[in-house]
Amino acid sequence: MGFDLKEHLRTLSEAHAPSGHEAPMRAILRDLWGAWVDDFEQDKLGSLIAIKRATDANNNNTTRRIMIAAHMDEIGLMVRDIVDGFIYVHRISGVDNRVMLAQPVMIHGREAVPGIVASIAPHLSKNRNKYPGFDELVIDTGLPAEEVNRLVSIGDLITPDAKLIDLMGNKVAGKAMDDRASLAAISVCLDELSRLRHTWDVYMAATVQEETGLHGATTAAYHIAPDVAVAIDVGFGKQPGVDGDASFEVGHGPSLGMGPNFHRKLNAKLHEVARYHDIKIHDELLSGASGTDAWAIQIAHEGIPTALFSLPIRNMHSPVETIALKDIERVGRLLALFIASLDDDFLPSINWDELIDLKAKQADS
Amino acid sequence: MILKALSEAIGISTYEDDVRKLIIQHIKDHVDSVHIDAIGNLLTTKSGADAENSPRLLLAAHMDEVGFMVSGFDNDGLIKFTNIGGIDARILPALRVKVGTKHIQGVIIWTPTHLNRDQKTVSIKNLRIDIGAKDKEQVKGNVSLGDPIAFDSQFMEIGEQVLRGKAFDDRAGCAALVDVIQGEAFPGDMIAAFTVQEEVGTRGSKVIARKWKPDVAIILECTPVHDVPDPLEDPDNPNDYNPSAHLGDGPVLTVMDRTMIANPKLLNFAKTVAEDLGIPYQLKMRRGGGTDAGSVQLTNGGVPSLVVSVPARYVHSPAALMRRDDYENTVKLVRAIAQRITLEDVRW
Repeated sequence: MGFDLKEHLRTLSEAHAPSGHEAPMRAILRDLWGAWVDDFEQDKLGSLIAIKRATDANNNNTTRRIMIAAHMDEIGLMVRDIVDGFIYVHRISGVDNRVMLAQPVMIHGREAVPGIVASIAPHLSKNRNKYPGFDELVIDTGLPAEEVNRLVSIGDLITPDAKLIDLMGNKVAGKAMDDRASLAAISVCLDELSRLRHTWDVYMAATVQEETGLHGATTAAYHIAPDVAVAIDVGFGKQPGVDGDASFEVGHGPSLGMGPNFHRKLNAKLHEVARYHDIKIHDELLSGASGTDAWAIQIAHEGIPTALFSLPIRNMHSPVETIALKDIERVGRLLALFIASLDDDFLPSINWDELIDLKAKQADS
Repeated sequence: MILKALSEAIGISTYEDDVRKLIIQHIKDHVDSVHIDAIGNLLTTKSGADAENSPRLLLAAHMDEVGFMVSGFDNDGLIKFTNIGGIDARILPALRVKVGTKHIQGVIIWTPTHLNRDQKTVSIKNLRIDIGAKDKEQVKGNVSLGDPIAFDSQFMEIGEQVLRGKAFDDRAGCAALVDVIQGEAFPGDMIAAFTVQEEVGTRGSKVIARKWKPDVAIILECTPVHDVPDPLEDPDNPNDYNPSAHLGDGPVLTVMDRTMIANPKLLNFAKTVAEDLGIPYQLKMRRGGGTDAGSVQLTNGGVPSLVVSVPARYVHSPAALMRRDDYENTVKLVRAIAQRITLEDVRW
């Protein structure tokens, strides 16, 4: 690989950018991806689209586009009130109140202010047998009230103050692996692609506001109007408390979603490339809404053949989301090889025209 | 500031080795003798200028901190653990920890909220630590039964006053005692003791007064203040809990806790010294909690004992908050008491 994946992931994970406030991520990605791509565009909701044009023209001189999407927003909190220097919060999207107590956070006020999530002491709590809800939690900076009032305002954002840490087995734990790990997979893909030739234009979309309703994917897919799309997100890693049939061992390979959200023929092609290059992937049954960018992309324009790769992580939506670097490499490499395999014949090979031909024949007879 | 190194050093009860080593480095040039007793207490002496006519002082702070211990292994490589000292189980989900004497990084795993939203506090015996090991064999190659586990936490200074970190209980007391030792000698001989196993029943301090028999003891502690508001309470409700101590109001003198009733004569002496010098102080009266003073006061024929504490929020968590002015005033007050105390002040 032409870059240090772990350091790359560290930069992405430790950046503070909750839903609707992704500007820091746009700046970081322009920097990290700049050397690998030809152009950047932005949709009007803020999704960043990095474009790597085809290295070679195809036989028909047509332009085909593949969109790869991963979301750059993260879950977080917002200041709702300040009383005597203590900060009261609302959550932005799916933050788990049960992992908050005693967690360090960063308040993005006039300047970044470190704080601790607190509640009244356990022996004073009316019910210490349950986790405090967001209405019972406060954030404490330790600073005097007047200083807090000067630095922090209602509406300011709060994110976990959580550095990336190393675990054994080339795994790391940190915040916002959902979905910055998938952005790192795009980095791996771009790095691989820089040594490959391809006849399709590649649109890497870092989408906004996934956690609040797949909003960025909706607008980015419209903006790009791709012929084919692959979203990357995180999935449930195996761990106690998680259904073994609906989760995948961290480090044992990503999974490819199967179900109504996904294009069966596109999936078959992805499996083919994975088999050919001996890259381990699993099938993951997602029987309805996948809850990922793929769900929004599939119904952009007149409908887009869409697939989804999931990177297995443990402890999803906590500040210790745990992932294996190997799985990120697998997705990035597989996507690069898939992109390089795309040619003139690809779209005809995954359409449903054989059914129309059949009908025509029936009408004739 | 030595508090940073002391806070970040790892020393669960009975595994105080790193803390002891750090303290010895900082005090060895300022004391007359250094002794480590059979259960690990670090005892040092410093002669007084007028030892004949002055009380022999015992100043003590405990080196150990709360944490966890490895209690077993699952086949899938996850670690079972139990707490050492009192820890609120509600802070455990998704916590970062350091496992074993090699300080291997680990996390407490947590079932995603998408799959389970049960709000009932999960007991520690149903939680597991993940160090990334793939199976039981790999985890046992790196971690042993009984290994200590500590909070993974960095010390921070926020603004002019705020100090944040783990183990302020009682590394703040240890740091204050180091500061006191590094200063001028007192009229009386001083025994400075850094004790073990306070968090599991004030064990170490039960023996520290035996060797040199002090006339009076001052325990340097870090005490929890509970001045965090309950957002669900009406702020004007007169029946709301009224905390006895606050951050920023100066050192805390214990009037009573579960383990002792402060010697009133000694307590009044301390208050007078503080008032004389204009050092702010606050009084604390709780039915719960205890300190090494509870043990020391019962040693030999009894030792009049006083507890002077730095107030802090969220002790027994990875990130306690305290104020620099409270810390500095604690050091100042302890020094002044030790300087001024006479035999008369400790006799009935």
